[in-house]
Amino acid sequence: MSLLSTRGLSKNYAGLQAVRSVDFDLPKGQIRALIGPNGAGKTTFVGMLCGRIPPSAGTVSFDGKDISGLPAHRRIRLGMAYTFQITSIFGRLSLRENVALAVRGRNGAQHAVAAALDRVGLLDRIDQVAGDLSYGHQRLLEIAMGLAQKPRLLILDEPTQGLADSEIAEFKTLIRALAAETTVLLIEHNMSVVMETADRITVLNFGEILAEGTPAEIHANADVQTAYLGTG
Amino acid sequence: MSDTGKSLTLHLGLIAVLFALQFVLPAYQHGNLARIMVLASYAIGYNILFGYTGLLSLGHAMFFAAGMYGMGLSIRYLGFSPAPALIAGIAAGIVLAGGIGALALRTAGVAFMIVTLMFAQAGYLIILYFGAWTRGDEGFVIQQAQRILWGIDLSTPDNRYFAALILFAACLLLSMRLIHRPFGRVLIAIRENEDRAQMLGYDVFRYKLGAVIVSGAISAAAGASYGLLFGYAGASFAAVQYSILPLLWVLLGGAGTLIGPFLGALFTFYLIDIASGFTSAYMLIVGVVLVALTLFARQGIGGELRARIWNWLP
Repeated sequence: MSLLSTRGLSKNYAGLQAVRSVDFDLPKGQIRALIGPNGAGKTTFVGMLCGRIPPSAGTVSFDGKDISGLPAHRRIRLGMAYTFQITSIFGRLSLRENVALAVRGRNGAQHAVAAALDRVGLLDRIDQVAGDLSYGHQRLLEIAMGLAQKPRLLILDEPTQGLADSEIAEFKTLIRALAAETTVLLIEHNMSVVMETADRITVLNFGEILAEGTPAEIHANADVQTAYLGTG
Repeated sequence: MSDTGKSLTLHLGLIAVLFALQFVLPAYQHGNLARIMVLASYAIGYNILFGYTGLLSLGHAMFFAAGMYGMGLSIRYLGFSPAPALIAGIAAGIVLAGGIGALALRTAGVAFMIVTLMFAQAGYLIILYFGAWTRGDEGFVIQQAQRILWGIDLSTPDNRYFAALILFAACLLLSMRLIHRPFGRVLIAIRENEDRAQMLGYDVFRYKLGAVIVSGAISAAAGASYGLLFGYAGASFAAVQYSILPLLWVLLGGAGTLIGPFLGALFTFYLIDIASGFTSAYMLIVGVVLVALTLFARQGIGGELRARIWNWLP
């Protein structure tokens, strides 16, 4: 059964159709990558999934329930977690406080905070101020905040942007390890990350789904190649 | 000593010092300090919203006045004794804050400042409009006989000082407790990054409304106490000046520090007091000092203390 699905999801910005009637299904436990050229509507699409952007038309269902009318914070409480395209953390607070806010005061918070930071390799910096971290580490902290929510669906908007190659390698390992416990929707430009972590790939182009399939299928898809490289 | 321990020691120490001071201060300073403690309580209320939640209100005089008139009018027309009158004042502040908050929080940033300013002006004009009951600008005196709380005459300097100290200590400890509770931590998170807080599953609007109500309640408690301790309620306390003053105190004392509101109120009070001893153009001196502080101590006195010496200051 699908954990998340959309029907006819659309967004118009003053005449520009950023997302056009997208039907999308994400089964439980899958790692799905969402790719597409710049301006394809990826961030708008996930913005509508998690309630940051109101859709012009269409519905979003999560775990069989229509959540189209729910505000973002209610959707998060249903078990979605979202990391921003541009790193968004609490820069003047400690790492501990950042992750503790993500845990939202559930039982065993202390333990959950340490576990999430350990997962991304930042446990030894737990008492540092988040704003003092390097950019790459701030991204990892945001991912730790996502993990700490124990989400059923983790939405990562370009998580490896700005990471060093060594950090990207660790990130791939982390994502693969997550497969057992959660569903992941990954918006990503880095093709090696997409090819090595995703179970399936959805390609958006001009606000529409251009193709969907396994990494190998997408790799061989002529339409996708055209969208990315132009017709020459 | 842990940071929490140090912070508790500092703030309890301040309360202890204020307690001890009443036995040594000359009458004039004694009266001043009582007034400063009540005004600092008002600033503590303002700081919850401005310093900890990051919402700049330019209309807090309406909450201060709601407390003052909720108390004063219920004594004057309903024959309340001071204790229920105080509660009536605080309740008036809470109801007003709930209503105004629900409306004003639909805006953000500069619009929020303007909307709160306008509501406060409307409140001020309402007090003037109903001058037949409120006595408008002239205000009304709360008689000594009406200011006896549980057999204690609040109009005598010693009792007044002690009552002001209790109010101040209660507000200080309440705000300290608040910012260490999950509710307060979320307010700080909203101040730091509202988008992120919302995308961690917090109902940002509800938390901000909660902050407006707590802030309004503390401001109203200060307003009600002011009227009761100094025996007067008047429309000037609802005017724009009393919306700007707490902002000034908190900015100077250090926004988002617990001790800042007290430091700011103390500093401003004595700055005006001393400057007016030299010249009738004392606002000129006050203005220059304010500009200097804004230029060289941008985080206020408390904020600079935190940045330079006491990095554990909450």
